[in-house]
Parts: sequence; structure tokens; C-alpha cells
Amino acid sequence: MNIIKKDAVILGGGPAGLAAALKLKEKGIDNIIILEREKKTGGILRQCIHDGFGIVRFKEALSGPEYADRFVQEVQRQNIEVQTEATVIGLTNDKIVTAATKEGLKKYQAKVVILTMGCRERTRGAISIPGTRPAGVYTAGVAQSYINLKNIMIGKKVVILGSGDIGLIMARRLTLEGAEVLAVIEKQPYPSGLPRNIEQCLNDYNIPLYLSHTVTNIQGKERLESVTVSKVDEKGQAIEGTEKEYNCDTLILSVGLIPENELSLQAGVELHPRTKGPIVDENLQTNVEGIYAAGNVLHVHDLVDFVSIEGEKLAESAAKYIKGEKGYESIIPVTTDHTINNVVPQKISGEQDVEISLRVSKPSKDGQIIMQQGNKVIMMKKFKKLNPAEMIHIKLKKEEIQSKEEIKVVVG
Amino acid sequence: MKREFTCIVCPNSCELVAEIEGKEIKSIEGALCKRGDEYVVQEIKDPKRTIATSVKVIDGEIPLASVRTTKPIPKDKIFEVMEEIKKVKVQAPVQINQVIIENVLNLGSDIIITKSVGIQKCIERVNKEVVAS
Repeated sequence: MNIIKKDAVILGGGPAGLAAALKLKEKGIDNIIILEREKKTGGILRQCIHDGFGIVRFKEALSGPEYADRFVQEVQRQNIEVQTEATVIGLTNDKIVTAATKEGLKKYQAKVVILTMGCRERTRGAISIPGTRPAGVYTAGVAQSYINLKNIMIGKKVVILGSGDIGLIMARRLTLEGAEVLAVIEKQPYPSGLPRNIEQCLNDYNIPLYLSHTVTNIQGKERLESVTVSKVDEKGQAIEGTEKEYNCDTLILSVGLIPENELSLQAGVELHPRTKGPIVDENLQTNVEGIYAAGNVLHVHDLVDFVSIEGEKLAESAAKYIKGEKGYESIIPVTTDHTINNVVPQKISGEQDVEISLRVSKPSKDGQIIMQQGNKVIMMKKFKKLNPAEMIHIKLKKEEIQSKEEIKVVVG
Repeated sequence: MKREFTCIVCPNSCELVAEIEGKEIKSIEGALCKRGDEYVVQEIKDPKRTIATSVKVIDGEIPLASVRTTKPIPKDKIFEVMEEIKKVKVQAPVQINQVIIENVLNLGSDIIITKSVGIQKCIERVNKEVVAS
């Protein structure tokens, strides 16, 4: 088979991939291709029709399709090659990419491979809800795609499990379309979504949110007929005798997102057990030289604005690599304890300023994020409130890094 | 009287506390920026929201085009505005920013398209009709 040579092959034409492509082009890298599985680029933003995107980047509250369109149009203007309806089925550690397309299989030899495949939703199977298997159980993203792209209404009486942002947004969307959302059920003692979404998606429409509760049974033969909801204790175990029945025809699951890394694994990319995304250095390079990752494939973001920024940051380093410039070696590990859910990047060089992105593991007020090397505190930042729903970005200056010793990030 | 708010203007989701006496706002605390104070004033006097939904597209490559309000509308008019939007069907092609309802219900906000939708290719349409018949 004819092997096409490319400087950069970008896997996924969502917000991270598009931003990376544009930045590479700006840096003088022309021989690029974006491989996109769907008919159109834009990624999941195509179905996120609510507004609030781009506040950080464009200082405007755009809808998802509008935000995506700004990048899609620019990619077209810059004549960046895009192959849609192309499913990548192979990725090797020497950067050979195989894609199934309408014209048959295509093989690319890339100087750099850019992983921007996004994430997927956790399903009923992932959280093992007992009960029958009727129609009417959807993940929030699938419900969103039916309603916003395909004009299919999914139900009339709805219970939502999980208070992730997509679930909250679907609670409002379904209400606007005339469905009755009976309740949002959250297993944790605090919401998983952003406070502003609790306010404008639930409180505005008088939709109750039950914390420390979960769905413990599903009933119904052909179509969902009811769900059982129980209180849970501190360990997350259902408390007997607290069961409550909800008669409903639809259950929506908004119980978390997992970075989509099946292809990364094929190439020998090492994943982090907490982020479920690749372990990267400050250049967003994985353990496989020349393979980079950004966006939700790397770690799940709260805002698309930061996905785009990450894509651009990746492209700056990747452009240098393509041009043969040797970067700093990342030898300082960045680690955490139980107070922090995850941190990216997981290793840095200490030779330049870096930005550390992280999520705390539980909410608190007037907390502080501390970075330490050995017993020395090298950086401390105070926060009025810390919330696991929000990703925190902290700049760490080169001068603050004391040695080549491990940097530990904790909530103090 | 103290009243608590969660600002919805930006992702900071600031938690605000306003001290209110009768109809007068004595103080607002907790905002990281001045938009938070403006939000609380608005929220007490005349709460407003933006909405996003979609309209049917005739002969479109996809069946729906997403739309949104250009400015926030009074919260208690949300469902009335939804009814107005539901009456609209547009003919493909449609472009981003195309106004489909000007000054909806005289509320000072337009309803605009947020996703360009092209015309369904002829051959696909014929195929669908053949299957349907």
C-alpha cells in the first residue's frame, strides 16, 4: 500500500485537533492532515447547542456549534487537509497511522502524531445498575445527540442519575422541550457539575437534586417503567429501607467521562491510572517520542476554551520537534496525594515555566494548593473555594523549582 | 435580609451574598468581577436568561438547526419564547447568525441560527422518497 508522508497526522477534528492544526500551520508546518470519524469536524460541540462557550477565549457566550465554526472556518481558509468519515484503526509506535475511509484503507507515516480523540461516556454497565434491560436508558450525550441533531424526543418523564454538566444541561433541555424531569440523583454528597449549571439548569426549573442518593433498581419490560432510588452512606453503599420509586419512562446517565485511548494503547502510550489519559511531559508529549496528546483524550476538561488552549500549546512543542529542535528533558515527576484527583503534566523539565492543571478530590472553602519538593513548599496559592467540578490551572515559574526532586501537589 | 446567589455569568460560579432591605440592595459581596454585582441587581429586579433550542430545517442535510437568543429574556417568558420558536420552520440552506425571529415577543432579543445547515443532496432525497413510497 502507498504510504503517505505527513509532518503531522491529527487524530480527531474536535476543538483540540482543530486548534492544534491551526497553530501548527501558523508555525510554518504545512504538511498536515486531520482525520475525523464523523461527516463533519467540530467534535462533540456540534451537539452542544447551549451557550456559554468561549467566555474565556472570545469574551462572548457562544453556543457549541458557533464556537466550533470559528475554528472550522479558519481550518478551511488555511487550506488544511481534512479527511472526514475516516476511522483510524491502527497506530504504531513508529507513527504509522492506518485509517479506514470511503476510498479504502489509507496509511500515513507521520513525523508527529497528535492524539485528540476526546472522551466517551460511562454507561450503565460501567456503574452496574441492577434490574431489567428495557428501552429508555440513555447516556446524557446520546440523549443530547437525539434531541439536538436527529430531532428525536427521548421520553416524557425523566430521572437523571449523576449531576455532571451534560446531565444538568439535558435536564433543562428536556424541560424546555416539554418533558418532566422528576429528579437529578447524585451519589456523592456534593454535585459533580459546575455551580452555575446547578443554578440555571435545575433551580431555574424547580428540578430537585438529591445528593448522597443513587439508582438501585430499574424496572420495566419493553420500556422503562420505574426506577428505585436509595440513600447511600459515606461509603456509597445503599441504605436499606430508604427506597423510593419513581414512575418514569426514561433514565439518563451522566456519570462521568473517560478519555478515549484505545488507539494510544496500540502505540504503546502509557496511561495514567487517575486521568485515564496519557502520561505527558510539559510539552504534552507522551512516553512515545513524537506522539502528543491534548484535550479530553488527555484529561477531561470543564471548559472547551482550555481544550483549545491545550491544543495550541501542544502544537507549539510539536512544531519544534518537527523542525528538529531538541527540547528539555522532563525528569522531575509531578505527583499528588488523595487530596487531588489528578494532575497534568506528570513530569516536567524544570528548565522553563509550566502550567499545571489539576482537579481537587473534594470541595472545600478557603483552601490552598501547595506544591512541595521534599519538605520545602515551593508554591502556594489560596482559593476562596475549591470544587472538583472545576479544573484549576496554576503557573509554576522556573525560579520556584528548587531541584530535580519530585514535586508533590496537595491541598493544604 | 440576606440572600444568596450563584452567579451564572461565567464559569467562576461566584457565590454572592446580597444584603437587601425592602427593595433596596445595601451590599453585594463575593464577586470576583463587577459582572457579578450586575447579575445580582438584575436577578433581584428582573431575572433574565438566554435560551438555546433548535428549529426544523426543510430539505436540510440534517433535520435541525440550532438557535439561540441574542440577549437574555425575562425568566418568566422562557416558555412563551419556546412556543414562538417552535412555530418556525426554515428552508435550507441556513447560515450562522441568520435572524429567524426579530425582536421576539417585543423582548428586545432576536433568535439567530447558530449552525449552518446545507441542502440535502438530491440523490439522498430521492432515495428517501423511494424508500418511503
